Order: sequence, then C-alpha cells, then structure tokens
Amino acid sequence: MARFVDLTLNGVSNGMIYAAVALSLVLIWRATRIVNFAQGGMLMITTFIASSVIGSSGSYWLGFAVALASGLVLGAVVERLLIRRVADGPALNAVIVALGLLVLLQALAGMIWGGTPRSFEPAFSIRGYFIGGRHVLFGPMDSFTVLAVLGVAVLLWLLFQRTSIGLQMRASAFAPAVARLQGVRVGNMLTLGWALAALCGSLAGLLVAPAVFVGPNNFDPILVFGFTAAVIGGLDSPVGGVIGGLVLGLVLSYVAGYWGSAMVNLSALFVLIAVLMVRPEGLFATRAARRI
Amino acid sequence: MLSVDGVQTYYGPVMALDGVSLEVAPGSITAVLGANGAGKSSLLRTVSGLVRPRAGSVRFDGREVAGLAPEKIVRMGLAHAPEGGGVIAELTVQENLELGALWRRDRAERDRTFGEVFALLPRLEERRGLAAGSLSGGERQMLSIGRALMGRPRMLLLDEPSLGLAPIMAAEIMAVIGELRHSQGLTVLLVEQNAHSALSVADRGVVLNVGRVVASGEASDLAADEDLRHHYLGL
Repeated sequence: MARFVDLTLNGVSNGMIYAAVALSLVLIWRATRIVNFAQGGMLMITTFIASSVIGSSGSYWLGFAVALASGLVLGAVVERLLIRRVADGPALNAVIVALGLLVLLQALAGMIWGGTPRSFEPAFSIRGYFIGGRHVLFGPMDSFTVLAVLGVAVLLWLLFQRTSIGLQMRASAFAPAVARLQGVRVGNMLTLGWALAALCGSLAGLLVAPAVFVGPNNFDPILVFGFTAAVIGGLDSPVGGVIGGLVLGLVLSYVAGYWGSAMVNLSALFVLIAVLMVRPEGLFATRAARRI
Repeated sequence: MLSVDGVQTYYGPVMALDGVSLEVAPGSITAVLGANGAGKSSLLRTVSGLVRPRAGSVRFDGREVAGLAPEKIVRMGLAHAPEGGGVIAELTVQENLELGALWRRDRAERDRTFGEVFALLPRLEERRGLAAGSLSGGERQMLSIGRALMGRPRMLLLDEPSLGLAPIMAAEIMAVIGELRHSQGLTVLLVEQNAHSALSVADRGVVLNVGRVVASGEASDLAADEDLRHHYLGL
C-alpha cells in the first residue's frame, strides 16, 4: 500500500511536468495546426540559460525568471521569423522547419555550453515529507512542481476564458479569416500564442532539469512524453493536455515501480498507440462540434 | 460610398472576377445576383480585404482600400458578414458578438450596441449563453449580421443571408435589412442567389455571370426583365 501511495504521488509530480510540455504543444497546435517538435530544443535552451544565470548570479529565482522570460521571447521570435513564412504552405513544411530548428538548437547548445550534461540544483528539497513514520516519495520540490504547473494552467484558463485578448486568441485559432473580419489582429495573436506556449515549455524544462540534468539531448524524452500526453488529451484541448499529462505520469510511475524502469519508454508508446486505436481524436477533443 | 472599378481577382490561376465595376450610393441597398460560381462571394471577399485584387481599385468613402488588410478595413466602418457558416461554432453567441466590437475602444459604447443588436434580433438575446454551433441556420445568419453590426459599421457587406433558410425565415432576415437602412441609414451590399427575396428589399441590382457584370439597374427593372430572369436568375 505504501508503495502504491508513493508511486501515485511520484506519478502526479511527473505528470504535471508532462502536462506543462503538453500545454506548450497544445497551445501551438490550436493556434497554427503545427506540432512543434522544436519545443524540446527550445526548453533545453531556456534551461541552459537558467543554469548559466544561476551559476553566475547565485540566485535560483533570477535564473527561473530569466528562463521564463527568454521562453516568451524565443517563442515569439520563432513564430515571427520562421513559422510565419511556412504556415501557409503544406503542413509538412512546418514540421520540417520545426525538426530543423530542433537540430539547430541542439547543435548550438553543444557549441555554447558543451556536450557534457551538467547538474541543476532544485529550488526546494527533493527529500520526501516525513509522514506516518517514513519519508514518502513526494517532497517540497514536488509540491512546487504541482503548484507551478497548476498555477500556469489556471492563469492560462483565465486568460483564454475571461479576457478580451483570450477571446481574440480563441477566435484566431478556430477561424482566422472570420476573426480578421472582426478586426482581430490574428498575426499578433499567433505570436502571443507561441510565446505563451514556449513559456509553458520553459517551466517544464526548469522543473524536470534536476532529475534529467541539463544537456543538449537530455530533454528529448520529456518531449516524447509531453507529446503523448497532448495526444491523449486530444491535442487541441488545454484541459485535456493537463489530464493527459497526469494520466501518463501515473501510468509510467506504476510501470516503473511494479515492472521496471526499462519498460517506461516502451509503455509510453503503448499508451500512445492504445489511445490512437480506441479514440483517434483523443479523450477531450473539441473538433466534433464543428463537423456537425 | 463604395466604388469598385475594373477589379480582377484570382484564386491561384483561376480568375474569379474579370473587371467588375459597380457603385453603391450612401444609404442604399444594392443586391448582387448571379448563379453559384458567378463571383458574388469573391466580390465581397475582395472588398473586405480577405483576398487581394490583382488589378483595379476599390474605394470606400473616397479612400483606396484594395490591398489593405481586413482588420484595417473593418475599422473604417465597412463590415463583412460572411454567410451563416462564418459564425465561430466553438464560441458562445455572446462571445461571437463581443468579437465584433472588440476593436472599438469605448466600453460604454460597446455595451450600448449590445442593447441595440438584441433589440433588433431578440432571438440572439435568448440564446446568448449557447455555443454558436448549436444555433439553427436562421439564427446563425442573424448572429453573423448582429456580429457585423457590433462594430457600428456605416456599410455592411452581406453574404447570402437567406442561404438554406425557409422562405419565412428569409423574409424575416430581409425585413431586418430593410429596417437597418431605415433606422440607421446603413448602406448595404447584399449578395444573394435568391434573386426574388433580394430584389424585394434592394434599390438597385447588379447581375454577375462568370466574374463579369452582365446587367445592372433599378431593382424593379431587373425583377421585370424576362430575359434576364430566364438566363441568369433562374426565376
């Protein structure tokens, strides 16, 4: 029983990180119908930036803030300089550009920071809380992870549902031409969408870095898990992305605990294939409403 | 108010408008008639900026608007209500309407316009919390028109407002359009496949065929012209 509780808590914590990556992919898919494979590279860069800032200033929170801010800027720049030029062409063009950007960012990171992964101090203790006479597999850092991702998700929800900018972003995502006829500056909304998505990605990078270390290729698995979570959730539903992240986090945690950690990556693919076979549109897709 | 001169519009290599010219006087209702594929919607899409004409000029209030972005043109007071499919199904009725007025800075003015639109189209007020995707065809047309009115336009481009509607619903929509002209002096360019219902409310008519203007004149003359009706309007 204790083991089950531990695995569940650990699954929730990991799941929230997958949820943040899923959110970053969902926001972009909704806005531009592009799966941003470069997201793994973008969050790797911002986490490297955090690592450098923390190293030279000694302040975790300064590095944290700079990483989030650079995520916003990086997302906006990528949309303006690269994606905008290929968005009107065939979908494959954008995918190739995103993959190319991923390779480019990983090569750049290797040139600037070197290929040897470096450690990343967590913001809070990773030692589990002492409950019922033992340390559970969930500590202050996990609390921070859960609260940070939930906080960002709630803020995004408020932005989308309660503000004029959010309404314009949703309109731009659902029906860009109609939105333009209403005077919405759709191009700016897309840039903002990419910026916010990259911010979610940066957060995921910061939260997962203590566990995976910071290196040019160390964040590849997190992108795969985040993508799986996003697909479970339906790829265009932010709420679905968060729930998908939690589901995947729990499944992978149980697999690792009861079966063996070697099975984790394989299980993620199994979950992905199972969801695609049973419900190809994902568990929370909103597309159906439009087809009627 | 609106003057279109020698406009040519292409979709890729396909020519949709082949030198179309027309004039719309302030406070008038002009019907653009023609069969499917005659270029009616292309004309509206060109005027509102969704597509760029390859040649010709589009002047609104004396200012050249050809080539301007749609989000700029709507701010000049020229609104385009796409046919009913153009409501955003995933947003509520209220959100669709809000969207139409977002570019206007004055919040009090926006709230007042809500009242005006609901007074004109009471059905929208009853449905305000529902997703636009759940509306009937006629309600969607009303929402599309209401949303365009939220920007307090001086001129309205209406695309097939009676498409797919029962005759009684189409008549209701035409009555709303006539009412708008009377109460607000709104200028309307109305695209319709249903010539009978469009000419019942319009002052003038323009008939398009394969991207060219083939006839234009007083609505009553066009309605009475046997040959024209037979060849182009299918009446």
